[in-house]
Amino acid sequence: MAAIAIETRNLHKTYRGGGREVHAVRGISLSVREGEAFGLLGPNGAGKSTTFGMLTTRVQPTSGSMRVAGADPVADPVSVKRRIGAVTQHNTLDRQLTALENLEFRGRFAGLSVRTARQRGQELLERFGLGDRGDAMVHRLSGGQAQRVMIARALLTRPAVLFLDEPTSGLDPQTRVNLWEMLREMHAEGQTILLTTHYLEEAEALCERITVVDHGRTLASGSLEELTSLKGGDSVVSVVHEPGTSLMNVLEPVRRIPGVSRTEADGATLRVFTDRLHGVVPAVLRASLDAGLFVLDVSVRRPSLETVFLALTGREYRE
Amino acid sequence: MTTQILRAASEGHAVPPATAARRALRLVRPFLALLARDVRVLRRDLGGFVLRSVTQPLLFVFVFAYVMPKTQGGGGATPAPGGVSFATILVPGMVASAVMLQGIMSVSTPLVMELSYTREIEDRVLAPVPLWTVGVSKIVAGAVQACVAGLVVLPCVLYVHAPGQAPHVSLGRWPAALGVLVLAALLMAALGLLFGTVVEPRKLSTLFTVMMVPITMLGCVYYPWAALDKVGWMQWVVLANPLVYVSEALRAAFVPGVPHLPAWAYLGVLTVGTALVCALSVRTLQRRLTD
Ligand SMILES: Nc1ncnc2c1ncn2[C@@H]1O[C@H](COP(=O)(O)OP(=O)(O)OP(=O)(O)O)[C@@H](O)[C@H]1O
Ligand SMILES: [Mg+2]
Repeated sequence: MAAIAIETRNLHKTYRGGGREVHAVRGISLSVREGEAFGLLGPNGAGKSTTFGMLTTRVQPTSGSMRVAGADPVADPVSVKRRIGAVTQHNTLDRQLTALENLEFRGRFAGLSVRTARQRGQELLERFGLGDRGDAMVHRLSGGQAQRVMIARALLTRPAVLFLDEPTSGLDPQTRVNLWEMLREMHAEGQTILLTTHYLEEAEALCERITVVDHGRTLASGSLEELTSLKGGDSVVSVVHEPGTSLMNVLEPVRRIPGVSRTEADGATLRVFTDRLHGVVPAVLRASLDAGLFVLDVSVRRPSLETVFLALTGREYRE
Repeated sequence: MTTQILRAASEGHAVPPATAARRALRLVRPFLALLARDVRVLRRDLGGFVLRSVTQPLLFVFVFAYVMPKTQGGGGATPAPGGVSFATILVPGMVASAVMLQGIMSVSTPLVMELSYTREIEDRVLAPVPLWTVGVSKIVAGAVQACVAGLVVLPCVLYVHAPGQAPHVSLGRWPAALGVLVLAALLMAALGLLFGTVVEPRKLSTLFTVMMVPITMLGCVYYPWAALDKVGWMQWVVLANPLVYVSEALRAAFVPGVPHLPAWAYLGVLTVGTALVCALSVRTLQRRLTD
């Protein structure tokens, strides 16, 4: 049994300002073990960055309790900050400094000597393939390079927990895959990682356990296998009809097809949840044709976080 | 529904003094590093810094202590009360306004950007130090720049003047002048921190035009406070202006012969006022840094 690195209980955050209240987080409970790669997955505005902010001491929770790396971010933020590294969603590199200086000063802010900080900084830059970019001012770095410098900066103090808020958003696919490789390596070396992402495939690629959040609430939580077998164990067949088509007459016959566990009408799109694709797709199509409907498109989604999300919310997952 | 925030174990037991001391000691290095960061940035733009500090005062003394006396012929510039030359009045005033400009600008301008567009400040929010040290380090770094600006401007205004118009300034009371300079620099840097924290970026330039110019014009920079007795109400209105106390305090140090505000007035404002503005600005920044 590994020790617990992060634990939250019933976290809430309500932003107040301008006469408005935004309930960004409404009861998120997490538990991340040491050495684990944990994903917080959710669409835009789900409350991921707010949760990230609370765990990393920048955002004060409205209620609920937390423990991060053995300390309370509210009562003892300095201890938490000393033990974590955080990569924020936006580029927060110090633009007045070079890449290496960014690392140097992060180390010095944490009490390292100039020499140690620079030495570790150079090592990290080399490890991330940026050994020759140390003297570059931040605005001369590409998006992917800047992101790697941010990660290097977060690692400089050898944190017990590494937090990453949407580490690959805005990066091209190749750069993203490279970054995944880096994170996987770190994780293999025992680094505890909590990352937020709105990319399903990113959570699938990197995380052992995942919490799916939406509108500030936890929808489901568990390993990828647990999640997919829990709810989205079914594949989803989506049949798109001509706009304006009524699906009234087709729902009943489809429901009677062997292997179909659930059907859903979403406008002119018919969604069929099934645990066996074999034979179901042709049968669904035949039902549509028999009802005299025009089919525009058919797609099949294998069990994945996408089908989990679909099953949990009844909404398509939009990245 | 609401769950009590669990306080860390630290609340349960009092922190022994040894630990408190060690904690404070542990802050020294990070704090120096925060300062070192600002110094590193300043070093990159040393020329710009000197230019920003010196241009305005130099032009001013050039026009008013050199050109104007010459145009009026025979060095007949209007003597201030007590028959001292305008240049004499200007020396402390120019130093004071340089300290004010650099103190406020050097802190507020970058801070406004770091807080808004670039969000770079998050870098320092995540540094393992209490948030107040971030604010205090900004004040100290800004005050250092303000002091340097004042010291750079001083020789300029001492040596630029028309023949026979030399300022009669005594540098003998330099420890007093230096003390005033440091206090004034801290006050202005703290004001800069306050402005930088509360002002929206697009209103920054408006702030400078509608605040800096009046503060300078009504800051006893170009005339001693005592001379305002001819415009009685104004003598009282300008007391709301922090620059007045800086100008007058420096004037008292450099030109004790010219009538000036009583020492208790400017020393009171420069100590108590500075402490209050520092505390207020650091707290305001701290609030701004956490959601
Ligand atoms: N400082 C703030 N003040 C007021 N409302 C805020 C603030 N920060 C976030 N919100 C609101 O809280 C909600 C959750 O925002 P949050 O940034 O946590 O979402 P997210 O899951 O990170 O989204 P994204 O994928 O777009 O980054 C949103 O409705 C957002 O508008
Ligand atoms: Mg976010």
